[in-house]
Amino acid sequence: MNLKISALEFVQQVQDGNISAEDFVAKTMEQIHSVDEKLHAFLSVNENAINQARLIDKKIKSGDKVGACFGMPISIKDNMCIKNEKTTCASKMLENFISPYDATVITKLKQQDAIFIGKTNMDEFAMGLSTEFSAFGPSRNPWNPEYVPGGSSGGSAVSVSAFECVASLGSDTGGSVRNPASFCSVVGYKPTYGLISRYGLISYANSIEQIGPITRTVKDVAFMLNIIAGIDPNDNTTIDNKNEDYLSGIDSGIEGKKIGIITDMMTDGVDPSVLSATKDAISKLEGLGAICEEISIEMVKYSVAAYYTITATEAGSNLARYDNLRYGYDFSVEGYEFNSYISKAREKFGPEVTRRMIIGGFVPSAGHAGKYFLKALKVKSKLTKELDEAFKKFDLLVAPTVPILPFKIGEKINDPVSLFLVDINTVTANLTGKPAISIPYSISNGLPIGIQLFADSNQDKLLLQAAYALEQTVKLPEVPL
Amino acid sequence: MTKIGLEIHCQLTHLESKLFCSCKANYREFEINENICPVCMGLPGSLPRLNQEAVKKATVIAMALNCSIPEKIAFFRKNYFYPDLPKNFQITQLNIYGDTSIGGEGFVIVEGKKIRITRIQLEEDPGRLIYEGSSSKNQITLVDYNRAGTPLVEIVTEPDFESPKQVREFLNILSDLLENLGVSDPGLDGAMRADANVSIEGGNKVEVKNIGSFHDLEKAVHFEITRQNSLHSRDISIIQETRHWDDKRKITVSSRSKEEDLDYRYFLEGDIPWISIDNNILEKLKSEMPESINSKKERYISKYNIPEQVADVLSSDKFYSDLFEESHTDSNAKEIANIITTDLMGLIDTREKRDATKMSAVHLRDLADAIISGKISRNSSKNALYEIVKTGNSLPQIISDLDLGNVSDESELTVIIQEIITSEPQVVEQAKSNPQTINYLVGKVMQKTKGKADPKLTLDLLKKLIG
Ligand SMILES: [Zn+2]
Repeated sequence: MNLKISALEFVQQVQDGNISAEDFVAKTMEQIHSVDEKLHAFLSVNENAINQARLIDKKIKSGDKVGACFGMPISIKDNMCIKNEKTTCASKMLENFISPYDATVITKLKQQDAIFIGKTNMDEFAMGLSTEFSAFGPSRNPWNPEYVPGGSSGGSAVSVSAFECVASLGSDTGGSVRNPASFCSVVGYKPTYGLISRYGLISYANSIEQIGPITRTVKDVAFMLNIIAGIDPNDNTTIDNKNEDYLSGIDSGIEGKKIGIITDMMTDGVDPSVLSATKDAISKLEGLGAICEEISIEMVKYSVAAYYTITATEAGSNLARYDNLRYGYDFSVEGYEFNSYISKAREKFGPEVTRRMIIGGFVPSAGHAGKYFLKALKVKSKLTKELDEAFKKFDLLVAPTVPILPFKIGEKINDPVSLFLVDINTVTANLTGKPAISIPYSISNGLPIGIQLFADSNQDKLLLQAAYALEQTVKLPEVPL
Repeated sequence: MTKIGLEIHCQLTHLESKLFCSCKANYREFEINENICPVCMGLPGSLPRLNQEAVKKATVIAMALNCSIPEKIAFFRKNYFYPDLPKNFQITQLNIYGDTSIGGEGFVIVEGKKIRITRIQLEEDPGRLIYEGSSSKNQITLVDYNRAGTPLVEIVTEPDFESPKQVREFLNILSDLLENLGVSDPGLDGAMRADANVSIEGGNKVEVKNIGSFHDLEKAVHFEITRQNSLHSRDISIIQETRHWDDKRKITVSSRSKEEDLDYRYFLEGDIPWISIDNNILEKLKSEMPESINSKKERYISKYNIPEQVADVLSSDKFYSDLFEESHTDSNAKEIANIITTDLMGLIDTREKRDATKMSAVHLRDLADAIISGKISRNSSKNALYEIVKTGNSLPQIISDLDLGNVSDESELTVIIQEIITSEPQVVEQAKSNPQTINYLVGKVMQKTKGKADPKLTLDLLKKLIG
């Protein structure tokens, strides 16, 4: 049986009776058991998955109505709640947290007969871009296990890349879906802010983050969006997408579309192989009939500073609830008064979370907010204005997803500032709420390079059409597992 | 000059659900930690879901207190650690980045003085702490989250009060207003809480927090003024500080924690988008607002000729004015107002008695009509009312059961009057020259009939028989 198929192919083959969900899930479990000891994409695996697949096969056989996923094995980043399952955020703080409820995306996928094959590894509370900050050890890049898979949704990207599932859900606060997708040579999508419900996604920086699919093809992103996008009464920030069908017309092409090349994301700091891949992609886009032209987005150079200021502020507040009083890990209150207990309990946070908690306590505090937090908000608003202006002129924007190639595990972990700068090309989409996608584009010395496309808010369908068109021009080698 | 400012916390007790989830706003009827869900427990991944009805009710309060209403409102996070706060931040409102609180500047007239309202904000109530154990050594603190997330409206005033009496008068007006608007039941335990800031001439401002009822608020303010005056008279300076109201000892106590030093790191709550309150919404809410207490009072006076004092008492209490509205007709309105304010209010003077009463508007209407038509005397009507409240039986039944009906049979009454004329010859003589004296004889008849004689008929017969 071939595990190397897309979500749409899986659906087709099950529908045609060529494969059964049970066989496919069983084979996927075998794959996990054979590769995950090395790659560590998963924090927990659903041992009941095969039984669940068998029930779906029964439904198919008896002619009952079956959901659009037909028993498709999907992995879920471990910051989304599945009822009665552990949701750890790759943190010691939530090591034993069992969610009493389903995230909205989980409810929707369950209704469509998806099977959650396991919860994937990540940087603790999604803070990081290499998955090295997981409290349970790093994930490894399937293209070269000595390298990081990117992050923070590293486990999700690895699981899709290494055929440990058909598709995955990650979350993207500053590039956490697109960055690992780029590093692992899979597709990663950050939708318009509000397109996908965040109910049940454990907040890191709630005003800018979104859940996003990680898949093998652009069409698979559209397939996933058709299931999980749309307004949700449980998330007041969701937008009504009028039940848009993202698959229909995905092959419309980009003839005559205007594409802006963001020069501020292609500066001297960008790796030459990334730069040349991007230039190659631009010529491909032109070959498809698009009109490409350079544009400067000046606020990009302040975007990372603004991003870390805003996210630290929100994280400081969002993570305040982890006082270990109502849930968490086993640690008796005996002998502590309230404040000392909380301080002691919170020592379980890892180094990156602690660093951001400290920043988050400082930058919005009285006397410093004006210098840091409020300034960051100004950058955010100026950057948004700049992009709004750009989209009056262009239909789409293009840039490398990540300015560098994947790096070795341990190489940058002690240099937080250089790690922060890796986010320079991805945070813009989050700060402005615009949709962005990373698609696999080339391989340099055995390491993947992704290309990023942006569209204006609520132009997700157009973005997928463009990404699909570009994807059709790309032929890449198979991952050397 | 003494200056007092207030921060009133008022629960929107009439709402169905909490401010951000579908748990019940009426948390009082639940076992401990039974009225909770992932949202109000602040579980990882949960998001607030704004209760639009709460926004409407808060808007109505703001309008009733003459406040400006911004076109758009926003929510903020107030960050601090406390065991009763599930998320370790409170979702509240604030005006630091422009006017985004539900109510802007407003005012209330108290005893002819204008008390300025600074702002009104909508926010969530924390859980409730329960202390167990006797000494501080073995004391444990338990938390009941049933209350967490219930909707609160905070009303902040300028320091415009000059005496505890003004404070009390304001609280009376505010309680009546909130009750009349149908937004809150001030009688419920914990529904109204307050902080006060108090300063006297030449002294610093002192905050008094944690006052659990309006009743204690006046006491706390009075205590604080007395304390500050006493310090002042001994030339001891009054330091700026936060004090807590100790409701057992009825005194204010200096707080050990430096709450004024806390940095709440306020910032916008991104999980709740800005809410537009346009003119259409405001007009609609205005049209649905219940008649104000003042307008009711004016109407009672001008339409039914009810005395001002009676109209004042009747209009300011929602329970009784609702009862009045339901029971009165044009012809019996004055009599009903009279029954309510002179008899009924004394009869059911507690919440428990109000809730237990079996009386309906129909009873009240029947009783008033019976008095007007002379079927029952005013005197006997009190007894009938007592029975109505107690049993809920119909008025005709009560009159017959207790024999409360007026003696209006002419021959029966003539016999009684003849007896009295015989036994009081001197008075009868006087009555012939001095008509006033006849009232004494009417009284005698009433005494003999236990107040049941038809007064008009008695007078007529007396006049006829004396000649
Ligand atoms: Zn709740």
